[in-house]
Amino acid sequence: MNAIEFHDVSVRLGGREVLNLVTLEIATGEFVGVLGPNGAGKTTLMRAILGLIPASRGTIRVLGRPAARGNPAIGYMPQVRGAGSHLRLSGCDFVASAVDGHRIGKPFPGKTARAEVNRVLGLVGAMELGRRPLAELSGGERQRLLLAQALIGRPQLLLLDEPMSNLDPHFQASAVALAKSLQTELGVTILFSAHELNPLLGATDRVLYLGRGRAALGTVDEVITGSVLSRLYGTELDVIRLNGRIFVMAGSRDVEHEPVPAHDLLGMSPHDA
Amino acid sequence: MRRQTFAGHVLAHVGFTGATGAVLIGVPPPWGLTVMTVSAGIGMGAMAERLLQRDVANGIILALALGLGLLSLHFFTAYATQATALLFGNVLAVDDGTVWTLLGLGALSVIMLAVISRPLLFASLQPELAEAGGVSLRLYSVLFAAIVALATAGCVQLVGVLLVFALTVGPAAAAQQVATGVATGLVLSVEFALAEAWAGITLAFYTDWPSSFWITALSAGIL
Ligand SMILES: Nc1ncnc2c1ncn2[C@@H]1O[C@H](COP(=O)(O)OP(=O)(O)OP(=O)(O)O)[C@@H](O)[C@H]1O
Ligand SMILES: [Mg+2]
Repeated sequence: MNAIEFHDVSVRLGGREVLNLVTLEIATGEFVGVLGPNGAGKTTLMRAILGLIPASRGTIRVLGRPAARGNPAIGYMPQVRGAGSHLRLSGCDFVASAVDGHRIGKPFPGKTARAEVNRVLGLVGAMELGRRPLAELSGGERQRLLLAQALIGRPQLLLLDEPMSNLDPHFQASAVALAKSLQTELGVTILFSAHELNPLLGATDRVLYLGRGRAALGTVDEVITGSVLSRLYGTELDVIRLNGRIFVMAGSRDVEHEPVPAHDLLGMSPHDA
Repeated sequence: MRRQTFAGHVLAHVGFTGATGAVLIGVPPPWGLTVMTVSAGIGMGAMAERLLQRDVANGIILALALGLGLLSLHFFTAYATQATALLFGNVLAVDDGTVWTLLGLGALSVIMLAVISRPLLFASLQPELAEAGGVSLRLYSVLFAAIVALATAGCVQLVGVLLVFALTVGPAAAAQQVATGVATGLVLSVEFALAEAWAGITLAFYTDWPSSFWITALSAGIL
């Protein structure tokens, strides 16, 4: 069974076609890195999978069923952070708020909820962070709590929206390693979005590259090529491999690290690809 | 925690409008007050389920309510004492009937809050995640606003429109600064509120100054 199937899916937001007739299949147990420039639609794709944004065309199937919100088999780490950064609430109680959070009742975690919180905090190595108030944690530390929260309820599909932003290289590597171990040990399907390909190179089975409404899904060797990326960015790009790392260059600029000038990206509709 | 303290303030003013309006059309003020606050609460919740738009929605309701309240006052200048009672309240002037009404309102809000508090907390802390988990942000925003409105309607009759803020927001804000757990936070804020109210009344008894003054002074002091 496929974990995710998009069939001719278009998603419109604010009058713009963010995804334009995207068709793709992601198998259960795959680790897929989701890449693309700012505004390419990485977050939109994940929200569509969660059923938070309806497709204006086509069908989205998730774990064998049409995409619908409230699917407990999906774990999600949203890109929008900063939640609770002013609170004295402890990390444990923060993570616990997601245990059965959709069911009505009182917000005091019972024994099983406490055990679940400890399990996920242990998984991300954040046991010690759980005892400290949110307001005293760094951005990266809060982010590890969010990652822990995404693991509550043992999801079969994990949507991690830029889990590496704000993390130093050491924790970036451990975030990727953690996701990889969830995939290999528990068979979890993982969508892992990022702005940089290199930290993901050892972990991804395939990459999903988004740009200008289009999507390219395939192995790194199939997708990270000058011709595919030039089509997605709408500008001439070269791909350079150096010591096991990959750099995408526009002329002499590295597009993952330096912005493509606005006139290269704006003023082009998805149709002129 | 929901960054909605302004809402409590707005609702209190709305309550004032409701009460004055009620006097105008010959309904007991507490009823006008309750009906008006709850409907305004629901209106605010429905308009603004997203954090950023809340203050705008609240502001619109506030302006509308103050305008209407002024209109009602314009028609009923004769009842100045009643208006003062509404604005500033008087804890020591509560009769048996009011006590029962307040108990009813209080119990209703506590029960409603107990039923929805888990998804409410989830939606407040993690709106994105809660939405993905199937929690309707709009529904809980409306329910919460309705509960705040009920509680405010109760408080207004005790401490008055202008001071209700002190009892609904002060203790909770103070508790949030010290407590690291959800449960301890709730218990602390109730304790703070009770301590403020009782100490306020005691001080009023000995000094002969209004109890409302003491309660708000203590509320500010705790923060
Ligand atoms: N609610 C919205 N209304 C209108 N347009 C939106 C909305 N949300 C997103 N968009 C637009 O959809 C496009 C895709 O946004 P999305 O957030 O999916 O990009 P992204 O790939 O996640 O970018 P980033 O790398 O910055 O996170 C952007 O052009 C954005 O402006
Ligand atoms: Mg994004």
